[in-house]
Amino acid sequence: MRKISRLGYEARLGWALVGPALSVIALIAIFPLGWTVWESLHLHELRMPWLGQPFIGLANYVEIAKDPRFWAALAHTAFFTVVSISLELVIGLFLALAMNRVFRGRGFVRAAVLVPWAIPTVVAALLWRFIFESQGGIANALLVDAHILKQPLVWFIQTSTAWVPVILADVWKTTPFVALLLLAGLQNIDLSLYEAAAVDGANAWWQLRHITLPLLKPAILVTLIFRTLDGFRVFDLIYVLTGGGPGTSTEPVALYTFNALLQNLRFGYGSALSVVIFAITFGLALIYVRGLGVRLGGEEA
Amino acid sequence: MTSVRAAEARAKRKKAAGIQWGSWLFAAALIVLLLFTLFPFYWAIVASLTPEAALFRDPSLWPQQIIADHYRALFVDRDFITPIRNSLVVAGTTTIFCLCVGTLAAYALARLEFKGKAAIMGFILAVTMFPQISIVSPLYLLLRSLHLIDTYPGLIMPYMTFAMPLTVWVLTGSIRQIPRDLEEAAHVDGATRRQSFTKILLPLAVPSLVTTGILTFIYCWNEFLFALSFTLGPERQTVPVAIALFRGQYQVPWGEILAAAVVATAPVAAMVLVFQRRIVQGLTAGAVKG
Repeated sequence: MRKISRLGYEARLGWALVGPALSVIALIAIFPLGWTVWESLHLHELRMPWLGQPFIGLANYVEIAKDPRFWAALAHTAFFTVVSISLELVIGLFLALAMNRVFRGRGFVRAAVLVPWAIPTVVAALLWRFIFESQGGIANALLVDAHILKQPLVWFIQTSTAWVPVILADVWKTTPFVALLLLAGLQNIDLSLYEAAAVDGANAWWQLRHITLPLLKPAILVTLIFRTLDGFRVFDLIYVLTGGGPGTSTEPVALYTFNALLQNLRFGYGSALSVVIFAITFGLALIYVRGLGVRLGGEEA
Repeated sequence: MTSVRAAEARAKRKKAAGIQWGSWLFAAALIVLLLFTLFPFYWAIVASLTPEAALFRDPSLWPQQIIADHYRALFVDRDFITPIRNSLVVAGTTTIFCLCVGTLAAYALARLEFKGKAAIMGFILAVTMFPQISIVSPLYLLLRSLHLIDTYPGLIMPYMTFAMPLTVWVLTGSIRQIPRDLEEAAHVDGATRRQSFTKILLPLAVPSLVTTGILTFIYCWNEFLFALSFTLGPERQTVPVAIALFRGQYQVPWGEILAAAVVATAPVAAMVLVFQRRIVQGLTAGAVKG
């Protein structure tokens, strides 16, 4: 009897304490999300207020389905996400294995790689833009000196070369984060497994493939979720580095949506694009969580 | 007998050579990675001290001529103080508010047993992951109708959307790692929940609060999409927006842009270097528990 009333008290206290934070989140994140859906079912051009805001059903979504610029943007986003995440996972794994070892200067390495992660994405993008800017820039100078390039390139004028600084900048900025998540996973692995394997004569490669990678799978999957969702909402980096150009050939979905909303002031259509992005991200998260059996935080494992 | 010993010695030498090779390779890869990490910073600092005319003319890895003109221009001609002040006000207010409200929630989620807790944690994590762009349109319409476009509250409110869930999530993970013994002992001695929270947990949680505060502040300081969408001009622009929209009269003022980049990076870099261990703990506390 007393136990029940104590639990009842804890429940009431719990909800009371969580209440303010939850209502803030509901009010400024969840309620607007519903509003976006509502907007997406209406024609709403801020440039043409005389049109009013008539209900047009799914017309905005039909327009999206037929919009080649949207499909191109989706392809750019997917390309960017896949390429940069693959590189980040490989380099991040190396970095995590390195930081898991004891060597002189480990603290310095950890601090040094954290700085790119912590600085504004806009700044990171500008640093890399400057490195690749103009035919007289440092990237051209170094590559020509090393005989990798015959002559300086104008990197931002061609789609294929414009991706290079974009992907490099993302790898540069996010690999530390990937490495840290993987390092946390590495530190959970029981060291005696390696000792046993070493006694049996297993070499480092065998240990990596048969101990480290299988046991690191949960950490890798969590990293994959975080980074995929990040990749799909990429905005700052490309806005500053290429502006989506040349033309719209590196434009990601978030940038296309931003332009539809705040450049062209097409709020109905832009909102529909927002809903589509939300649905894609949500779908991806569900696939990862359900399909790959990742369990995230929540209860203490 | 001797041949066996010789073979053993040979094998040992071979193995030692292998390990040595491994470490050399490891060290070399690490150095390449460090150069890759540090070079853009080095290059930005060098360029911010180089005359504009020399920036793209046969660049040299070592500074040839050092000038402070770009920094002077940044603060005298361009009033870069204003975006810094805006960023400090917006990021600071958001962080403090989120810490006050978030601490209560994190305490409940870390220490109390009640139905729906797991669902709340899942909900909060889901909100941290959803794309910002998906709420830009309603927030813009909302702020416009409240006449809050281009104001501090007009940025602080949207910033809560990512700062609040982040704060609660990291703080909950961090408080869970504080041992419960002291609080339980206090309860046995007849202390109330409120007493054990204010007198025991809160003092122990100060490091967690600092770490979480730093993380939230960094996320707010770096935010770009909302700040770009909900400000109109230089009076209320934050640092990232001001830097991204830097324009010169005739050409891109790279010298000033890089000086601004150095100024915007310095405080964050300093915080990271000082608090790196705690930041790593805070970042990974909630994340990996598969």
